[in-house]
Amino acid sequence: MNYRKICNIIGRIFWVEAAFMLPPLGIAVYRGEHASVRGFLIAIALLAVLGMAGVFLLRPRRDSFYARDGLMTVGLAWILVSFMGGLPFFFSGSIPSLVDCFFETVSGFTTTGASILPAAEDMPLSDMYWRCFTIWLGGMGVLVFVLAVSPKKGSATAGDEIHLLRAESPGVTVDKLVPRMRQSATILYTIYIALTILQVIFLLSGGMSLYEALVATYATAGTGGFGMMNDSFASYSPYIQVVVTVFMLLFAVNFNVYFLLLIREFRKALCNQELIAYLGIVAASIAVITWNISHMFPTLAESLRHAAFQVASIISTTGFMSTDFDLWPELSRTILILLMFVGACAGSTGGGLKVIRVVILAKAIRRAVLQAVRPNSVRIIRVDGAVVDEDTVRGTLNYFAVFMAIQFLSVLLVSIDNFDFVTNFTAVATCFNNVGPGLGGVGPTRNFAAYSDFSKLLLSANMLLGRLELYPILAIFVPSTYKK
Amino acid sequence: MKIVIVGGGKVGFTLATQLTREGHDIVLIENNREKIARMSGLLDIKMLYGNGASLGVLREADTHHSDLLIAATHQDEINMMCCIVARKMGCKNTIARIRDAAYLEQMYLLKNELGLSMTITPEQITAREIFRLMQIPGFLKRDTFAKGRVEIVELVAKPGGLLDGISLVELSRKLKVKVLVCAVQRGEDAYIPDGSFVVRQGDKIYVTAPSTDLAALMDDLGIKQHRVRDAMLIGGSRIAAYLTRMLVKSGVRVKLLELDARRAEALAEYLPGATIIHADGTDQNILREENIERMDSVVTLTNMDEENLVVSLFANKLGVSQVITKLNRTEYTELFAGSGLDCIISPKQLCAQAIIRYVRAMQNRDGSSVLAVHHLVDGKVEAMEFNVTESTRNRGIPLKDIQLKPNVLLASIGRMNRSILPGGNDTMELGDSIVVVTVSDRVLLDLNDIFAEEER
Repeated sequence: MNYRKICNIIGRIFWVEAAFMLPPLGIAVYRGEHASVRGFLIAIALLAVLGMAGVFLLRPRRDSFYARDGLMTVGLAWILVSFMGGLPFFFSGSIPSLVDCFFETVSGFTTTGASILPAAEDMPLSDMYWRCFTIWLGGMGVLVFVLAVSPKKGSATAGDEIHLLRAESPGVTVDKLVPRMRQSATILYTIYIALTILQVIFLLSGGMSLYEALVATYATAGTGGFGMMNDSFASYSPYIQVVVTVFMLLFAVNFNVYFLLLIREFRKALCNQELIAYLGIVAASIAVITWNISHMFPTLAESLRHAAFQVASIISTTGFMSTDFDLWPELSRTILILLMFVGACAGSTGGGLKVIRVVILAKAIRRAVLQAVRPNSVRIIRVDGAVVDEDTVRGTLNYFAVFMAIQFLSVLLVSIDNFDFVTNFTAVATCFNNVGPGLGGVGPTRNFAAYSDFSKLLLSANMLLGRLELYPILAIFVPSTYKK
Repeated sequence: MKIVIVGGGKVGFTLATQLTREGHDIVLIENNREKIARMSGLLDIKMLYGNGASLGVLREADTHHSDLLIAATHQDEINMMCCIVARKMGCKNTIARIRDAAYLEQMYLLKNELGLSMTITPEQITAREIFRLMQIPGFLKRDTFAKGRVEIVELVAKPGGLLDGISLVELSRKLKVKVLVCAVQRGEDAYIPDGSFVVRQGDKIYVTAPSTDLAALMDDLGIKQHRVRDAMLIGGSRIAAYLTRMLVKSGVRVKLLELDARRAEALAEYLPGATIIHADGTDQNILREENIERMDSVVTLTNMDEENLVVSLFANKLGVSQVITKLNRTEYTELFAGSGLDCIISPKQLCAQAIIRYVRAMQNRDGSSVLAVHHLVDGKVEAMEFNVTESTRNRGIPLKDIQLKPNVLLASIGRMNRSILPGGNDTMELGDSIVVVTVSDRVLLDLNDIFAEEER
C-alpha cells in the first residue's frame, strides 16, 4: 500500500475542495452573512493547510499503485472530503452538531439529498449554495474532476489514474470513451457542464432567479435533490416542474449515450438495451401511477404531471417531490420503493442498483429457470447482442447479494431507535440508493433529524456504500487490505 | 497520433507501453479476456475484445480515423488480413508482423496489394542484430544513428583493464580516437556522467563514436580483436536459420545444434553451408564434444530462456570470448548483472523498437523532429536523434554558453556528411541532426525540451 501517494492525492483533492468553497464565500461576503463568512474561511484555511501537508510533506517515494490503493484512496477521500465539507456548517453554526454536519455533507456528495434540517428555508443562502454544490460535484465524481484538471504527468503509464477512476465510477464495467482516461474524464465533465447550463437557461426562462436556478440545477444535475424549500418543488409552477422532470430523467441516462450522439453514432446510442429498459420502466410506472392516483387530482393532466415528476425523481434517485406522495395509494408507494432499488443507468449521476444490473439479473433469473427445466442446455447472456462474460454475471449476482445483505443488516441496526418498520426500511433504502426521501417517519415532508447519532452515522455509511458501489468503502474496513 | 494495435502479446504490450508514454492514443484489440483484464489495469489505453481482422471490431476501434494500425498477433495470416481490412477502411499506414519465412519472399511482391507500409519480422531483426554484434566482438550492443555514421556501443569495464578506475577526462587523453562516454550503468543505476566521473570495474559504459573509429577504439582499449571464424548456435529456431544464412555468407563456420530430428533435417536442407548437429545443445558432454571452448562465439537461441541462460553461463565459464544470449522475458535482466552474461538480446524489444522508430519517422513528417530513439541501460537511458529545425532555439550559440537540463547530454552533431563529437565551441546549425542522451523518465518530444531555460 502506497500510503504516501494516497495522502498526496487526497491533499490535492483538499485544494480543489477549498477552491470550490470560494464562490459560496463570495456570496456570504456579498450578503453580509457573517457567521457563514467565518465558517467558510476556517474551512478553507484548514483544507489549504492539510492539503499542503499532504502534497509537500508526503511526497511519494514509490510510484507503485494497484487496484487496492485505488479503492483505498477513493474510500478515504470521500469520507474525508465529506467531513471537511461539513465544517462550514459547523463553524457558522447553521448546523450545530458535528454528526449532523457530516450526515448532511455525505448526503450532498453522494447525491442522496436526505436532510436533517427541520427548516431548509432558514439556512443562509451561502450555506445553501455550498450544500447544493456538493451534489453537483459528487454527481460526476470528485476524483474524476481532480484528475481532469490536475497537470499532466510526462512519464509513467498512469496506473493510478485508471485505478482511481475505476473505483469511483459506477457501473458493471467501466467503458472508456476514448483511449485516454484523462480525456474521457474531460469529455464526461464537458457534457455534464453543458447539460447543467442548459437546465439553468430553461429554469431562468421559467421566472426563477439566477441563484435559485443555479442551486436547483446543481441539485438536479447530481440527482441529489436537496430542496431550497421544505416542500421541495410543490410550490413551483407546473412549467418548472416539467423542466425539472425532464432534466432529472436526462441526468439519469448513461453519459456514454450523449457522447455517441455527439459523434453521430445514433444507432449505437439509441439501440441500447439499458436505455430502452430504463425508458420502458419509466413509461410503465408513470402509466400505472397516473391511473392509480387519478381520483386524487382534478384533471388527468395534473395526475400525469405529478406521477411523472415523482417517477423521474425516484428512478433518477434525485428525491425531489411535487406533492406528498406518502399520501398516495399503496400500489403507487410500492412502485416508488421498487424504483428506488432499480435506480438510474450506469455511467450517469444517479444511484441505486443501476438499470443495467437489473437487466443482467433478470436475464440470469430467466436462465436459471430455463436451466432447471433443461439441465443440459447451454445458455449465454447477451446485452446489446454482445456476450456478457460469466465473470461479469457472477460479479453482478455477488453485488446484488452484498447489496441486499447490507440493506437488511442496516435495517436491523437502525431499528434500535424504535421507529416503525416502514420508516426504518425506507430510511435505509433511500440512503443506500442515494434517493433522499422515504416513507412514513422519513417521508417527503419529514426529515432524518429524529434518528440517533449512531443511526445517522450508519445511514451516512450507507450513502457512501451506495454511491461508491460498496467496494471502496468495504475495502477500508477489511483487515486484509492492510496486510503485507 | 491515433494508433490501433491488434494483438496484446509480448510485442503488442511493449509497443502499447512505449507509445502511450510518447503521447499517442492507443486502442488495443485482443481476443483473450483475461489478458484484457490484466492489461487494462496497467496501461491507460482503450481495450477491445474481439478478432482484430473483423470489420466490426476494427470499426469499433475507429480504425478509419486512425493514423496507423499495427498487426502483431502470433498468426501471420490474421496480421495480413487486419492490414488489408484497415487499408480498405481508410487507415493510411499499416504494419504487419510476418514471421514465416515462406511469406517473407512474396511480401515484396504483395506489399502494395496488401496495403502494407512495413512488414516486420522479429526473428530476422534479431538475427541481423546478433550478426552486427558478431562483426565486432567486444561490444555488447551497437546502435546506429545519423544514417549509420555514428554508433553508440556498449562496453564493459573488465577488472584490471584500461577502463578500470579511470576518470573520463583522463580517458579522453589516453585514447587516440575521439569518443564520448554518454551513459554508465553501475549495478541497477544509470548515470549520465561528466568529466570527473570515475569508471569502476564491472561498469557498463555507453560510448558514442563515429562508425569508422570503432576498430581503432578497440585497439586503444587493448581489447583483442579478431574476427569471428567459428560460431556455435544452440537451438534451431527461426532466428538461428536467418542468422546462419548471414554468417555462412560472410564466411563464418557455423555449427548449429538442434534437438528435434525433423527440424534438424529441415535446417540441413535449407542451410547447405552450415554443420547441423542433431543433439541436445544443453548437454555438457555434447557441448564439449563439439568443442564449445574453442569457439569464437556462442549464441543460445532455444525457446527456453532458462536453457539459454544455463548454456550461456557454461560457455562463459569455459572462456568463450563472445557469448550472446537470447531472452524472451527481459524483466529479470538485472539479476544477471555481474554474472558475465552481458550480451542479452530480446526479440520483442528489438521488434518494438523498430516499429517505434517508424512511428517517430511518421511524426517527423508531420513536423515533429525526432528521428530515432534507442534504449540503453535496460531502457533506463534513451538516446534520441533530433533534427535542428527553424523552431529550434539557441542555434549558432557555442554549447558552453547554453544551459542544458540536468541529465541531458549532447552526444553527437551530424552535419553534412560527417559527425562531430561536440565540444564547448561547437554550435547547432539548421539542418544538423543531434543525438541527445537522457534518462528515460523524462520524455523529450522536441529538441527545445533539452534547454534548461523556460520558453520565452
